[in-house]
Amino acid sequence: MKWLRALGNWLDARLKVRESIMPMMKHPIPRGAAGRMGWWYIFGSASLTLLIVQILTGIGLALVYVPAADNAYESLLALDYEIPLGWFLRALHYYAGSGMVVMVLLHMTQVFLFGAYKYPRELTWIVGVFLLLCTLGMFFSGQIMRWDPDAYWGLGVAAAMVGRVPVLGPSLVDLLLGGPIIGADALSRFFALHVFIIPALLLFLLAIHLWLVLKCGISAPPVAGQKVDPATYDAEYEKELKTGVPFLGEAAIKDALVSALAVIVVVVIAAVVGPKGPTDPPDPTLANVNPRPEWPFLWLFGLLSLSPAGAETFLMLAFPVLLIAALLLVPFIANRGERAPSRRPIAVLTVIVVVTLLGILTYQGATSPWSPRMQAWSGDPVPVRIVKKSTPMELQGALVFQFKSCRNCHALDGVGGKKGPDLTFVGTRLTRDQLIDQVSNGTPGGGDMPAYGKQISPAEMTVLAEFLTSLRPEGQPPARTAIAAPGKEQQK
Amino acid sequence: MSNDSNNPSAAGDVSQPTFSRRILLWLAIAAGFLATLAVAIPFVGYLFGPVRRNRIRWVNLGPVSRFRLLLNQTRLETFDNPLGQSWDGVTAQNGVFVRYIGLDASNKDQFLIFAINCAHLGCPVTWFPQSGLFMCPCHGGVYYENGEHASGPPPRGLFHCVSRVKDGNLEIQAPHFPTLQNTLKDQG
Repeated sequence: MKWLRALGNWLDARLKVRESIMPMMKHPIPRGAAGRMGWWYIFGSASLTLLIVQILTGIGLALVYVPAADNAYESLLALDYEIPLGWFLRALHYYAGSGMVVMVLLHMTQVFLFGAYKYPRELTWIVGVFLLLCTLGMFFSGQIMRWDPDAYWGLGVAAAMVGRVPVLGPSLVDLLLGGPIIGADALSRFFALHVFIIPALLLFLLAIHLWLVLKCGISAPPVAGQKVDPATYDAEYEKELKTGVPFLGEAAIKDALVSALAVIVVVVIAAVVGPKGPTDPPDPTLANVNPRPEWPFLWLFGLLSLSPAGAETFLMLAFPVLLIAALLLVPFIANRGERAPSRRPIAVLTVIVVVTLLGILTYQGATSPWSPRMQAWSGDPVPVRIVKKSTPMELQGALVFQFKSCRNCHALDGVGGKKGPDLTFVGTRLTRDQLIDQVSNGTPGGGDMPAYGKQISPAEMTVLAEFLTSLRPEGQPPARTAIAAPGKEQQK
Repeated sequence: MSNDSNNPSAAGDVSQPTFSRRILLWLAIAAGFLATLAVAIPFVGYLFGPVRRNRIRWVNLGPVSRFRLLLNQTRLETFDNPLGQSWDGVTAQNGVFVRYIGLDASNKDQFLIFAINCAHLGCPVTWFPQSGLFMCPCHGGVYYENGEHASGPPPRGLFHCVSRVKDGNLEIQAPHFPTLQNTLKDQG
């Protein structure tokens, strides 16, 4: 023990760590930020802790992972099944990364709600926005490392989106993929992004972020009525620090406790749930793939899928830029005035609206009702309840219904595709003529349903219409057209 | 260990740069500028290296006689795409949909050949022979057997590959990843 202390002193006499680090650790923070309100201040340090886990597990994975298109998948299988604890490292890397995204978003929300981005911490917020982008960039490039169909088609979707940029599109696609096809060059590029370029940027920005935290100080918990005025704020803050407490104390203990809990949570999840994928090899000819983005991007997937076709290119290309610009502008729109959420109804409303929107869109993205179920035509049987009392014609129609892959978009009894309406009781909604018209012509103007007119023979159409009109609850008559005047039947 | 007195020549001169010192400063700036360019230009050029077009490689999909047996049938033909690297592995294995549609007026074999990628966002479409439709799993884009847009979000039909018949074999120009502004038009 004694010689350890001696060694420490010998080193510190030269490194001078104590005299340069300790003042930072002990820098005074507002008393309120260390008290009970201090529990709101823990998200930033938890993000940082999970980042450290990411660096550690990332280095660990890099010891085995082969960033080459012909062997990446095999090296992932080796990590999952052969190398001791390789599966755990992969799982932890995924869930600690997910946890980091969660913590960064919570941190950002807290800073926004507390008005902590206001003078003099505008730059801290701006750097924070870029740190969020780096974190999301790590998530996207990390998904590519998994080199399964999701990775392959994720690159495809990214390339197709970038390819829509006016004029520059094709060149940007080449730049993104590194070559004419999705393959070795693309994987190498995204590996470089994932382990060199984005991490370097992230750590650089993080250093500035932390430097700014030290130089501008931690904001005190907001008090209603205590307005930020750039002219007087510095003096007020200095006065506040007179009664401040060192960071290395109650605040640091809270940070340490929550960080430790966050790590324990992701470790437990990783150990219980295990690694994510890889699913199948990234074979572009593999049928029946169902490409999905990673969860932080599901809301964007949902937004794009639910938007009208005319707005699509705008939402793909301009909307993300505008969103980032809006985030960057936050401290310039309001860098003074009230900080307390109770006095900032618009800020609180913004958070509520954004969180609700993101939540709904993420749910929509996760369930993606707009995606056809590609195996439903052969995989989901027509419910027995429906065909129990069917006539031979109706039975034949049920077969046509399945064979013509109607089921891929239309559910029966809730089973099947959700892109089109559920047809369980369609016989009560549309007449025979209306059904034939709908099937033959589809949605006019290239909407959601193709025109089956040429894809279906008259005989098939007859039995299909027979089947569809029979889809009614027991005892309910089929749909009829409204009759214009008594005794005068209307033509469709 | 070291202090300023060890460096007497620098002490008094700082405020009054001499002529030679000023030249030295400009020389340093110019050299630094040049050095930066010398590294940056080739580096950026290297990054943008893939932005080179017009690589044509023909891929043999097999004898025409085989396709003649499959009149009006659409089949997924797979091949190793020669546009990539030798270490592409399974990702080099690309597919195109081939449909033989008989002879034209001058007795030449006619084919419809489509890239597997949906024109919407590039996802792989699947062929459903019973309904005669291509369907995309991502957003439900649907195309008819002739590649025309049938329904859903795609802004156009499927991408056509460039093909030819040479020595009794069906050949296609190896397809790159097709996008809306960079389709599989003849690269020649």
